[in-house]
Amino acid sequence: MARIELKDVKKRYGSVEVLRDVNLDIEDGEFIVLVGPSGCGKSTLLRMIAGLEPITGGDFLIDGKRMNDVRPRDRDIAMVFQSYALYPHMDVARNMGFSMEIRKDPAAERASRVKKAAETLGLTALTERLPKALSGGQRQRVAMGRAIIRDPRAFLFDEPLSNLDAALRVEMRLEIARLHQKLGATMIYVTHDQVEALTLADRIVVLNGGDIQQVGSPLELYERPANKFVAQFIGSPTMNIVPVTGGDGEVKTADGSVIKLPHLPDCGAAVELGIRPEHIDVVDPSEGDLIGVADVVEHLGSDTNIFTVVEGLGPLMVRKHGNIPAKSGDRLGLRIQPENAHIFGPDGRALRRVLEKVG
Amino acid sequence: MTHSPKPVLAVGKYAALLAYLSFALFPLYWLLKIAVTPDQLIYTEGTNLWPSEFTFDNFRSVVFQTDFLSYFGNSLYVSLGTAAVTTLVAAGAGYAFSRFNFAGKRLLIAVMLITQMFPLLMIIAPIYKIIAGLGMLNSLTSLIVVYTAFNVPFATFLMQSFFDGIPKDLEEAAMMDGCSRFQALYKVIFPLTLPGLGATLGFVFTAAWSELLFALMLISKNEAMTFPVGLLTFVSKFSVDWGQMMAAGVLALVPSCLFFIFIQRYLVQGLTSGAVKG
Repeated sequence: MARIELKDVKKRYGSVEVLRDVNLDIEDGEFIVLVGPSGCGKSTLLRMIAGLEPITGGDFLIDGKRMNDVRPRDRDIAMVFQSYALYPHMDVARNMGFSMEIRKDPAAERASRVKKAAETLGLTALTERLPKALSGGQRQRVAMGRAIIRDPRAFLFDEPLSNLDAALRVEMRLEIARLHQKLGATMIYVTHDQVEALTLADRIVVLNGGDIQQVGSPLELYERPANKFVAQFIGSPTMNIVPVTGGDGEVKTADGSVIKLPHLPDCGAAVELGIRPEHIDVVDPSEGDLIGVADVVEHLGSDTNIFTVVEGLGPLMVRKHGNIPAKSGDRLGLRIQPENAHIFGPDGRALRRVLEKVG
Repeated sequence: MTHSPKPVLAVGKYAALLAYLSFALFPLYWLLKIAVTPDQLIYTEGTNLWPSEFTFDNFRSVVFQTDFLSYFGNSLYVSLGTAAVTTLVAAGAGYAFSRFNFAGKRLLIAVMLITQMFPLLMIIAPIYKIIAGLGMLNSLTSLIVVYTAFNVPFATFLMQSFFDGIPKDLEEAAMMDGCSRFQALYKVIFPLTLPGLGATLGFVFTAAWSELLFALMLISKNEAMTFPVGLLTFVSKFSVDWGQMMAAGVLALVPSCLFFIFIQRYLVQGLTSGAVKG
């Protein structure tokens, strides 16, 4: 088990800076998810921790020891690859026991560890098969078995579920969560899927364009996004962001509608209002802050998604629990929940949240 | 395949295959036919598909009364030597081209491509001068050196494409599992490259086995002659001993065929399937 620290870690390919001054402390036993759009550097960061990619600058420490120049084999870290990377010419048992074979551990111990791991992952009946005779989910399990058999200091996962179909993905996600509970090991997990991030992580690291945008628990990121990028990246459906003019205890839309946000901090004129679809109430047209015309209404059973168009503001999505009897063309009163509204300054950074002004 | 087979299409398909096969294999057949035809019938029954009499005399005299066995041994030595050395060099170079980035890589590849563009005839004279200057005329080693030099570029590209086909993830997984780069190469990559090595060995072996031009230029002594040069000794000033020549040709096919039977199981594709999600 290990505590992992990144201090001002940089990565450059030639003149292209891929990662800038990444600082991150990962506690022993913590489940960290690196999340961000493709090209944000999350996989590169993971590969640098694994030792498969050289670190251009900064320090990378495991349990206080600098590991920048230590070879992958000596870092004692296991990794599950997106492609699984099973050895095609070895059967399942040998695939899982390969690391022990290389370390020349006694065969009897290897066999018993393989057996135990196969039991844990439900692979007992498949140990003599070659990878090509396995389904995608089974291959995924073998890849995890290969990692857990070593009892490494930390586990790395590089988008391990992205090649599975939706149902299997949910199942394997639960399995990974269970594995983490059982082993209590430090795990670093890369994904672009925010559901995986929100469900698995103790803390999420949001990356964009080579910079860490925010580090926090799933709820922190959802409730207090540090900037517009995080606000829009975390949460589904995406947060509505509309341009407004700031004022004293209220914001104005372009056509003059006034949204009362009594606890609004004193902010500059040109700001943006961020509000999640689930934080807009549908009320009588005479009572709301805004009036939206329903464009498309999606009835999902458990929820209703209403895509409205607000004059002078543009599209605004509303999501309500249960079934709302609205249909396309309806005029709806929309009330912004002031305690859940976010204000973003011109640089995209979140201004103090409205709620924090209350106390 | 679940679509119902159309008889006309099936017949057409087999007819086309048959036509191609007979076209491709007919010269081989003719070789065999003349080899077993008695000398006196070669001209009288010239165009018959099968001779009225059948004999192994040609084979007997080729093996026991000519230097055929010596040619054969020389060819085997040169071809196996060339195949082994070339494949070894090509495998190393192909791996480097496939996996590493280094200064001058593109230049090196370009130079190797350029070497493939010259017609052999252009460089025969300089090669002769070089080999003669080194005092290596009439030596089988000189042939191995020259053949290796000529086959390495193509063999390297061949091996590189095989290495390219093996996902990099496999090596990285092996290194995470505790392998050094060399161990990863030896334990994981090498077993998966066997088809590539087989194909390269086979290709280079056949190329060296049937090479005539350089062997003709560099070898003049009877005891160092390779098989294709030796075949020419069946052509005398006044006659061509067709029967013996063809019999020798048939025998020369044997090692090539054996070699391919031996390596064909490594040529089976799909060895890497199941490694990574397709």
